[in-house]
Amino acid sequence: MKCSRRDLLTTVCKAAVAAALPVAAFRFLSPAEVRAAVADPALRWGFLVDTEKCVGCGFCVKACKLENEIPYEAPVSRTWVERYIVTRDGQTHIDSPMAGQNGFTDPKVRDEVIDPSEITKAFFVPKLCNQCDNPACVQVCPVGATYQTKDGVVLVDRDWCIGCGYCIMACPYGVRFFHPVHKVAEKCNFCYHRISKGLKSACVEACPFGARQIGNLKDPEDPVTRIIMTQRVAVLKDEYGTKPQVFYIGLDRNVR
Amino acid sequence: MDPLIIHGMEWTTKELFVYPNEFIYWSIQIVMYPYMTGLVAGAFVLSSLYHVFGQKDLKDIARFSLVFSLALLPTALMPLLFHLQQPLRGINVMMTPHFTSAISAFGIVFLTYGAIVLSEIWFVYRQYFVEQTVALQGQPGTGVAAKRRLYHILTLGAYDTSAAAVAQDKKAVKILAGVGIPVACFLHGYAGFIFGSVKANALWMSPLMPVIFIMSAVVSGIALCMLTFIAIMEWKKFRTALAKGSGDGSLHVIGGVEMDVIGKASRYLIGFLVAAISLELLDLIFRGYTAMKSWDILRSVLYHKDFVNIFVLQYGIGNLLPFILLLLPRLTIRRTVVALIFILYGVFMMRWNVVIGGQAFSLSFAGFMHYHLPILPHNMDTYKEGLLGALTVATTPFILFWLINKIVPSLKFSKEEAQ
Repeated sequence: MKCSRRDLLTTVCKAAVAAALPVAAFRFLSPAEVRAAVADPALRWGFLVDTEKCVGCGFCVKACKLENEIPYEAPVSRTWVERYIVTRDGQTHIDSPMAGQNGFTDPKVRDEVIDPSEITKAFFVPKLCNQCDNPACVQVCPVGATYQTKDGVVLVDRDWCIGCGYCIMACPYGVRFFHPVHKVAEKCNFCYHRISKGLKSACVEACPFGARQIGNLKDPEDPVTRIIMTQRVAVLKDEYGTKPQVFYIGLDRNVR
Repeated sequence: MDPLIIHGMEWTTKELFVYPNEFIYWSIQIVMYPYMTGLVAGAFVLSSLYHVFGQKDLKDIARFSLVFSLALLPTALMPLLFHLQQPLRGINVMMTPHFTSAISAFGIVFLTYGAIVLSEIWFVYRQYFVEQTVALQGQPGTGVAAKRRLYHILTLGAYDTSAAAVAQDKKAVKILAGVGIPVACFLHGYAGFIFGSVKANALWMSPLMPVIFIMSAVVSGIALCMLTFIAIMEWKKFRTALAKGSGDGSLHVIGGVEMDVIGKASRYLIGFLVAAISLELLDLIFRGYTAMKSWDILRSVLYHKDFVNIFVLQYGIGNLLPFILLLLPRLTIRRTVVALIFILYGVFMMRWNVVIGGQAFSLSFAGFMHYHLPILPHNMDTYKEGLLGALTVATTPFILFWLINKIVPSLKFSKEEAQ
C-alpha cells in the first residue's frame, strides 16, 4: 500500500476528529457533583428570617464563624446582620461592623451620632446565602467548582476552585468572598454538613429568638414551609431573576 | 502563624454602607487582561486588513503586526494567571470547562487563536525558513549550525519553493487571516461578554459591552503596532545615519516609507476610534435616559467619584485630544507619536473605568469602594495585583517580540527597500 505524507496527515487529522467527538460528549463530573446528583428528590432546603424577632445580638454570626472555621478577626463572613436606622429626614443609615458578630452595642453608625429623637424606625436584617433556584454564581463558574445540589444548596468544591472570583462578581447579594486560609471562593451553605445529618444550621441553633429557621420547602407540613405558604413573606432583590430561597418576614423597602 | 490576608482588603477602602464581603476583588490584572487581549486582537486585525482585504497600503505593517500579535498572545494569559488565587489550578478550565460560564471558553478560543496565528506565520515565513536552511548550509561555527538546525525544523520538511507552492502558501495565509478575524473578534468580544453578562453589576451589564470592547481593542491594537513600528523605523534611521552619515539618501527612503505607512494606518485608526466612542456614549446616554434603579448610584460614580478618570482622562486626553491631533492637517511622525500614546492611555483608562469603576459602588447601592493600586509590594498579593505585576505583564510582549524577531524577522522589507 502506498501512503504519501499528505495521505498520512489527512488520515491522522480525520482520526483525531473522529476520536474527539465521542469523547467530547462526556462530561467530567467531580466526585462531589456525583454525590450531590443522587440526593433525596423530596427535599429542598429553604430558610426563613423573621426580622421582627432579630435584636442584632450577633450570636448567629459568631456561631457561623466558629462552625465553619472563618477566622474571627476577618471582616468577611458567611452570614451577617445589618442595622437599619431611618431618621425623620428620610435618610437611611445602614451598617454592619465586623459583619455584626459582636452585636450592635454602639449607637453610632460609622462614627456618626444619630439623635434618638430623630429616629422614626430601626431594625436588624440578618443576611446569608439565598441558595437561589437559578444561581448566577453556578452559571458563571468556569470550571464547575460551584454547583447546586438536588436539595437546592449551592456548594463550592475547595479542591477544584481556581479562585478567579467570577462567582463573587456574579452574586447580586454579596454573600461570596475568598476564604482567608484556603484561598478559594467561600459562601454560606446552610451548614450542609449539619443539615444533611439531621441537625440545624449553626446560626439557627444559636439564635436565641427564633429569628432564623430552616426547613424543607417540599414538605407542606414543615413549620417553615407553612409560614411561607400562609403568611406574607418577601425575598431580596428578586429583580435579578435568581429566585432566592431565603424568605423574610417584615422586610422593609429600605432593605438593600 | 501567618498574618491573616483577606484578599482585596489591602487595596480597598469603603465609604458608607458596603456589604461585609465586598472588596475590589478584580483589580489591576483584570484591567490588564482585556487590555492585552485587545492589543492581540487589534494587531491581528490590522495584519488581516492587508492579507484578506488586500489593503496594499498596509503591506509593510502587516507582517510586523502579525508577528507582534504572536508576541502579545502569551501576555493575554499572564494577567489571568497573576490574578487567580490558585494559579496552579488554571488548567482546570481545560479539564472541566463549564460552558455556561463566559470564562470557560477562554482556553479553547485562546488555543484556536494561537494555532491560527502560528500557522499563518508559518505560511508567511516558510519560504524564508527554506532559504535560511539552504544559505546556512556548510557554514562554520556551532552557533550557525544550531541556527540552521532550528530553521530546518521550522520548515517541517516542506522544502518546495516553486512558484506554485509559494502561491499555495499565499492562499493559505489569506484563508487563515480570514478565519482569524472572527476568531480575534470573538476572543476579544467575549472578554467584553465576561463583563457585559454580569447581571449583578449595574455598570457592566449591557449588551453593547462586547462590541465596545472589540472596537476599542482594534483601536489600541492598531495604535500599539503603529507606535512600535515608528520606534523601530526611527532606530533604523538612527543606525543608517551612524553608518552612512546623516546626509545619506537611504534615510529619506526609510523616512518616506515610514510616513506613508503611518499616514494610511492612522486613517483606519480614526475610523475605529469614532465607532468606539459612539458606542460608549450611546451606552452612557441610554443609562441616563432609562434611569433604572441603579442609575442614582451610577450617576454619582460616573459624574462625581470617577469624573476625572472618565471624562478628563479617558474621553478628554485619551479620545478627544488624539482625535484632534490626528485630524489636523500636515500630520508629522512626532505628532502621531503623541496622539498614539494618548490613544493607548485612553483605551487603558477605558478598561480601568469599566473594571475598577464597576466595583466603585456597593451591590447595596448605598456605599462606595475605592481602589488603591499597590505600588511597592510587601507580599505576593501586592506584587501580583500591584503596579509591578502590571508592568511585568506590559513589558513581556516587547521582550518576546525581540526574541521572536530574531527567528522570523518581521521588519526585513524596510532594509530591502532602503538598499
